[in-house]
Amino acid sequence: MKTMTYAEAIRAAMSEEMRRDENVMFMGEDVGLYGGAFGISVGMLDEFGPKRVKDTPISEAVIAGAAAGAAATGLRPIMEIMFSDFFTISMDALVNQAAKMRYMFGGKAQVPMVCRTPGGSGTGAAAQHSQSLEAWFCHVPGIKVVTPSTPADAYGLLKASIRDNNPIVFIEQKLLYRTSGEVPVDQDDFIIPLGLADVKREGTDVTIVTYGRMVQRALEAAEIAAEKGISVEVVDPRTLQPLDKDTIIKSVEKTGKLIVVVEAAQTGSYAGEIIASVTESDAFDFLDAPVQRLCGKDVPIPYNPTLEAAVVPQVDEIVAAIEKAVNRG
Amino acid sequence: MSIERETLLEMYLRMNQARAFEEKVKWGFARGMIHGTTHLSIGQEASGVASCMALDKGDKASLSHRGHSAAIGFGVDLNKMMAELLGRANGYCKGKGGSMHIADIESGNLGANGIVGGGFSISVGAALTQQYQETGNVVLCFSGDGATNEGSFHESLNLASIWKLPVIFYIENNLYAMSNPIEKSMNITDIADRAASYGMPGVICDGNDVFDVYQTIQEAAKHCRDGKGPVLVESKTYRWDGHSKSDAQAYRTMEERKEWMAKDPILRLRNHLIEEGIKTAEEVDAIDTKAKQDIEDAFEFAWNSPEPDVSTLMEDVYA
Repeated sequence: MKTMTYAEAIRAAMSEEMRRDENVMFMGEDVGLYGGAFGISVGMLDEFGPKRVKDTPISEAVIAGAAAGAAATGLRPIMEIMFSDFFTISMDALVNQAAKMRYMFGGKAQVPMVCRTPGGSGTGAAAQHSQSLEAWFCHVPGIKVVTPSTPADAYGLLKASIRDNNPIVFIEQKLLYRTSGEVPVDQDDFIIPLGLADVKREGTDVTIVTYGRMVQRALEAAEIAAEKGISVEVVDPRTLQPLDKDTIIKSVEKTGKLIVVVEAAQTGSYAGEIIASVTESDAFDFLDAPVQRLCGKDVPIPYNPTLEAAVVPQVDEIVAAIEKAVNRG
Repeated sequence: MSIERETLLEMYLRMNQARAFEEKVKWGFARGMIHGTTHLSIGQEASGVASCMALDKGDKASLSHRGHSAAIGFGVDLNKMMAELLGRANGYCKGKGGSMHIADIESGNLGANGIVGGGFSISVGAALTQQYQETGNVVLCFSGDGATNEGSFHESLNLASIWKLPVIFYIENNLYAMSNPIEKSMNITDIADRAASYGMPGVICDGNDVFDVYQTIQEAAKHCRDGKGPVLVESKTYRWDGHSKSDAQAYRTMEERKEWMAKDPILRLRNHLIEEGIKTAEEVDAIDTKAKQDIEDAFEFAWNSPEPDVSTLMEDVYA
């Protein structure tokens, strides 16, 4: 075990996989000498050289398309899109090409590429640098979507993603980059399989399903609720596609109450999909309170810090939702 | 420029197969035996076939939505290709791709593409693999004239040029992007001019002349293999049929079509074979007949092939 930040854990995972497999390479805007807009790849150019750590022009369409073409012909590219908002420029290559190549070519292609990109608000970057677009990617069959919430998860999930043979959108959180945690870098081949949820806190009264930066808020809310005698279970799916429905359903069958917390704008968010997977399962019979979802408000992310903070679910709102669920039951 | 006799005869056969294939596809559509849509390249056979045949073993090609001639030029199993158009289980894509997605990654055919301009960046990536793994191979990237107005064209040519990737951007300029004539969609006459802004060679070839196409691609491929980076080749040609099966072609005249049909690339090669004494008229007729029979056989094979079982619906979404 080693204490490291979320950002360092991502760098460690990329570097280890590049040492392990010559065909793994990394490209994106300013990822070389500059080390990436968030400093994730600092030092990697020195270690791996310009053949394997490639600076690209500001060209998100060809970054994604080149990754897909390289992946289909034998490389295992990792690409970085500086802000997940810029994926709008990459969408044809990801959605129409990479995601569909295997299926529409009758199973004869495989596209092992990882699209790393930071998402989420909270940095004062306003409407075009702060969105949470994970539901878009989940909606396209052929793509896997990963949303780690801790340094250890980021490390283990990124290693698994690089070894996976599918296009993967790996959504990092800008506000988590500097958070620290124990990472099992000294354990040989620590891999977290995609599609495996993690129970971040065990409890018996209420289930909260959440991912990304909202996991920390849910845990804080659970702590406050515990002082009031309410036992909250926090389930982090960690990957949204594939989604570990079993762990979520089992938890709801135990607690009988479900709250889903996501940062993304509510309408069309992945919260709806998580809730549907519970309510259409046998867990429906165990529910003894209405399901609640706490999401981002349906607005573009504003610049003013007070306004920006008000967009996403707050700890006290989560506590209130927990109490509401318990009082109903 | 000379082309080896055997290669030239194989080229003539494949061009005839391509013509017969598409005539058969038209026939099948008219009778409801083939569904969906398709984009025919009749009239562009030299452009599609001779360019692919100029490649070396191990080279890759990414095809456009109008990709039947190129696929046949690259080398396909005609049975599997026709079976794919009929949506059958033993087609190239198990019936899941159809006309716009004929692909055979293993042989180097990176696939036709239903997105206009979608192949540019994919080809750049495939060329990156060739450079990275030092294979010595090149990527031939097909597109039409209209695709060069897409944003991905700019990003892809720019990246390929700064990284000196071994990719030939092969633009088949057939004068119309669906109904939109080239003079209404760009302020230049020659698409090859666009190469200058990326610091790469921009070359024009007569897309209806197998010799010019073949030589131009071989020279471009050499440029790539020498590590000098990408080349843009503009192949001037013309499609005889409409954009797709539902095109009344109100945007062009019968006179223009007749003028181009007189430049029939297959007829030109046929005349050359006879005039140069490479084959007699009777021998050339025999090649024509064989090509037609190959396509009849392919259709027969495809028609008698099984439909995909519904149980295969969810297969191959993920690796």
